[in-house]
Amino acid sequence: MSTVAPPLLEVRGATVRFGVESALADVGFRLRQGEVHSLMGENGAGKSTLIKAITGALRLDAGEILLEGREMRFSSPADAQAVGISTVYQEIDLLPNLTVAENISLGREPRRWGVIDHRAMRARAESALAALDLDVDPASVLSSHPLAVQQLVAIARAVSTDVKVLVLDEPTSSLDADEVAELFRVIRDLKAQGVAIVFVSHFLDQVYEICDRVTVLRGGRLVGEYGTRELLRIDLVEKMLGAAGEALAPLGLREVAPTAEGPSVISARGLASGDRLREADLDIAEGEVIGVAGLLGSGRSELARALTGIDRPTAGDVLLDGEPVRLDTPREAIRSRVAYSSENRRTEGVIGDLSVLDNITLALQAQQGIFHRIGTARRRELALSWVEALHIRPSDIDRPVSTLSGGNQQKVLLARLLALSPRLIVLDEPTRGIDVGAKAEIQRLVGELSDNGLSIVYISAELDEVLRVAHLVAVMRDGVLAQIVPAAHLTSDALLALVAKPDSADSGDRG
Amino acid sequence: MVTLTEDRRSAASPTGSYRRFLSRHISWVPVFAAVAILVVMIAGAMWYFPNFQLNRILSSILLDNAYLLVLAVGMTFVILTGGIDLSVGAVMAFTGILCAKMLGDGVPVAVAIPAMVLIGAAIGLLIGVLVQFFDVQPFIASLVGMFLARGLAFVVSLESIKVENEGLLWLQSTRFSFAGWYITPTGIIALLTVAIAAFVLRYTRFGRTVYAVGGNEQSARLMGLPVVRAKLSVYVISGVCAGLAGIVLTAYSGAGYPLNGVGTELDTIAAVVIGGTLLTGGSGFVIGSMIGVFVYGLIRTIISFSGAEQSWTRITVGALLLLFVVVQRVIVSRSALSR
Amino acid sequence: MKKFLTHRLVWPIAALVALIAVNTISRPSFLSITMQNGQFYGSLIDILRNSAPLMLVALGMTLVIATRGIDLSVGAIMAVSGAVALTVIEASPDPGNIGVVFIAIAAAVGVALVLGVWNGFLVSVLGIQPIIATLVLMLAGRGVALLITGGFITTINSAPYKFIAGGYVLGLPFAFFVSIAAVITIAIVERRTALGMLTEAVGINPEASRLAGVRSRGIIWGAYIASGVLAGLAGILYSSNIMAADANAAGLYIELDAILAVVLGGTSLAGGKFSLAGTVVGVFTIQTLKSTITFLGVPPAVSPVFMAAAVLIVVLLQSRRFRAYFHTAGRSALRPLTRRSDAKVLS
Repeated sequence: MSTVAPPLLEVRGATVRFGVESALADVGFRLRQGEVHSLMGENGAGKSTLIKAITGALRLDAGEILLEGREMRFSSPADAQAVGISTVYQEIDLLPNLTVAENISLGREPRRWGVIDHRAMRARAESALAALDLDVDPASVLSSHPLAVQQLVAIARAVSTDVKVLVLDEPTSSLDADEVAELFRVIRDLKAQGVAIVFVSHFLDQVYEICDRVTVLRGGRLVGEYGTRELLRIDLVEKMLGAAGEALAPLGLREVAPTAEGPSVISARGLASGDRLREADLDIAEGEVIGVAGLLGSGRSELARALTGIDRPTAGDVLLDGEPVRLDTPREAIRSRVAYSSENRRTEGVIGDLSVLDNITLALQAQQGIFHRIGTARRRELALSWVEALHIRPSDIDRPVSTLSGGNQQKVLLARLLALSPRLIVLDEPTRGIDVGAKAEIQRLVGELSDNGLSIVYISAELDEVLRVAHLVAVMRDGVLAQIVPAAHLTSDALLALVAKPDSADSGDRG
Repeated sequence: MVTLTEDRRSAASPTGSYRRFLSRHISWVPVFAAVAILVVMIAGAMWYFPNFQLNRILSSILLDNAYLLVLAVGMTFVILTGGIDLSVGAVMAFTGILCAKMLGDGVPVAVAIPAMVLIGAAIGLLIGVLVQFFDVQPFIASLVGMFLARGLAFVVSLESIKVENEGLLWLQSTRFSFAGWYITPTGIIALLTVAIAAFVLRYTRFGRTVYAVGGNEQSARLMGLPVVRAKLSVYVISGVCAGLAGIVLTAYSGAGYPLNGVGTELDTIAAVVIGGTLLTGGSGFVIGSMIGVFVYGLIRTIISFSGAEQSWTRITVGALLLLFVVVQRVIVSRSALSR
Repeated sequence: MKKFLTHRLVWPIAALVALIAVNTISRPSFLSITMQNGQFYGSLIDILRNSAPLMLVALGMTLVIATRGIDLSVGAIMAVSGAVALTVIEASPDPGNIGVVFIAIAAAVGVALVLGVWNGFLVSVLGIQPIIATLVLMLAGRGVALLITGGFITTINSAPYKFIAGGYVLGLPFAFFVSIAAVITIAIVERRTALGMLTEAVGINPEASRLAGVRSRGIIWGAYIASGVLAGLAGILYSSNIMAADANAAGLYIELDAILAVVLGGTSLAGGKFSLAGTVVGVFTIQTLKSTITFLGVPPAVSPVFMAAAVLIVVLLQSRRFRAYFHTAGRSALRPLTRRSDAKVLS
């Protein structure tokens, strides 16, 4: 299904070097009008470097970028925006302290007699929002809206200029199913209007759902460009990884009989915390893996945080071996051998500027207290053994953790928790933003740990993943732990149905 | 479409319109708080002190604190971008004494005054360049400016220099009165500064860029806003205001004095914070800073009225600053939770 | 060789050495140390003695900065501490009594400790930004000191108290020993226990540290308490030097000198990794600089200009951008630094 139309945007021979390393080597990319095109590759494949070059945030060392046949030289993002290339970044780079209308017009505010015309600005925002059929108050401050809405405002901003190319960088990482559907509706509208869209995402399902074509990068080089209708998922993964995609095969661990007997290591009764978690009853046996599935806002993370002392529960009890305990702070939880791995790996997990060594030994040292310093030799020994056990690469423990890839950072975080010899660990989105290979590794690790008697709570937005690792699945709906089902014979469609089941009591209540 | 955006629908109900008001004007809340405090203080003072005449008191507060008002305007710009400028007191002293010396040497007023403003701008530019191009933290960079200015002030003269120049003194000695209120040209200058600044911040792209930089500098940069220019400019503006304040202060006290403005930067920061500008940047208004200056001036007046020692002024300002900051903190953490 | 050059103490030490060299060239007597009545004298000795208050304050400031904070109130705490001590001594019938002096010192340090607890409370419990939290005390503290002294500059006559700043032990100034003791104590506490590493973790990322079970709040609070106590001790040194409690002049601008010393020593204002040795070098550098300026006959009032120049040079040298201009001529320096992670790649 090759089109005859010349590409709207073309990149030829793009090369970017950082010192000795090449982030991009002779990469080509073609984007046609009205096309949704996905850029795919593992971490370090060069996706973000290519995006930065296209959007003017980075200059190429070699190669050229052509828009509508004309060569472009961008010296700043403003240049790219001026010719119609707009980007919506994963971190929603809008200004939370300004209003929706201001954000939409920022940098191009309508003026009357040299002075900003606020009324016209609001009108422009209203029409931009209406064009996407969005119901948002233009005069409201951006930070008063949830992330999903902010993202749509970002798109409205891009669209309110004469956008030719819209780049969406990981747009769905923080969205739930409804919000993703809304986003896709907007994307299709834009497509119909002739806008070319670059869709960068880890979620294969979404790529196949919304994209027409796919360009795969690996190690800074171009692997190829394909139509999504012609390329099998397994082939796509193979091209990304460069090896047979064993990643997608089921781990085959979950055929073990669910551990229905066995005393509970930890239980929760009527647990509630803040606005988001209303009621949860849970029992976890030794060596059991409980997957937690639910829409965003259903209370998944809140459950994790209430169970592990990160947030103080406002109601309910947590019982350890049948005895009620108060886990009000992370310290107390860790003392009871309950550990938590945050979904915000970079801000609440690893400490980027500290070395791998320091990161791994941090919690253990904190537990032992200030006056019982773990000797240097012992610390190094400990860290090295974990690096080996979890295959953390590179294995230099004095490197700052920030220089490691996402997957290895997650492993460092895991090592830190495991060094505490916990009985229960709660992993909140441990594989988010991690490439397929590392994902599989971590999932396998979880299986091994559970075989060794560690109880695990595993939260993930990817239902497939939950089914792959868990014995039981706890379904969260609107702050309530609605039901617990064995994972063994559940399909992802069936789980999706359980997760998405509308509750009569909650229409219009929260976003 | 799921309930992503329920604002319009719930706007009809009372909680809905309250929430909508809050979602539109959240940054004004700290300013309202400052106004409330001002009103309470005025009411209390009027009740407690028999000869407390509102129009006379407010006029004299403006008279005595015009220099602080000008400084606060400049400081607001800097703090809005998330920075800080500790040099303003020293720059004010430096331009003040240099002005006095120039006038004493026969330089015409029409030359001396612009020269002061330019010098203030130059020092501000130095600080801005350090912050923007050399990644120096604003704290340190403005310290450099402060040391430089303070030392230069002493290079000009180790002692105070009296000003005899008619032109400059006119700024202070003239009074325009109306119904018990009065104002001097220095007061007019100060109020004009506030008005121009407010206009620039709300109605120019530069002003919106200042807010953007304070909100999220990286986003602003990625959006292609002239971040570099904005960050440089706010320090230049602060320097200009410091130069202007030097002129105002010299006119007010009739002399240049190299030890002027010691600690004034702190008073300025206190006024700006009390006036509702968040130190983290991105939120605040010059009108608020003006309220903050009036609160400061009122405290000073009340303390001298009650015959207590002047050192209580600083203590009270400190306590009030603390109160404001704690309240700001509660509001901020409350709104963060509800997101 | 490269590792030697990039060790973070190299530049501060080089600056200090250069400064000493410049001094020695212009006045060879700078390095000379003479002995009289069993006591050493000389410019170097003066530096050792006069740097003691700044050393104490800078040590405390290092800890606070490491937790990503700042303590602007140290000067005011010095003033209060001096005021308390001298008021106690003055009120006593026997000012020369060592016991009285001890009580005075204890009272002063006690009050300083309370002020440190106050600062720490505002920052670690209420979560107020350190600049503002300590600004409050900076504003109010001197006023409080003035109230304690009743608005006057209290003077006293007490031999034991005078010894603190003026006395000699083993030929060297007692004040110097005080600062050495402080350096050693803090170094032991920070590096021999786990406190140093945990403080760095808290400074770099307080929330992640909290989740890892680190007592973030306690560590931050402790840093401000330490800063307060050290400032209290510095206040005693200062007031002992002039045998008076001058609430307005005590510790004026010392917070700035201290911050500069810390920054000169390589600790970043952004918090995290800190260097006590660097701060020590920084303190000596600043003190030597002041001595140089005085020697050059510059009126002390003008000395800030030279401080500004010195800070400017150091800060430029430390600036990544500045170094980039010289190391890689051309493209790397010109490529826009859009994200922080890029900045790492460029240097």
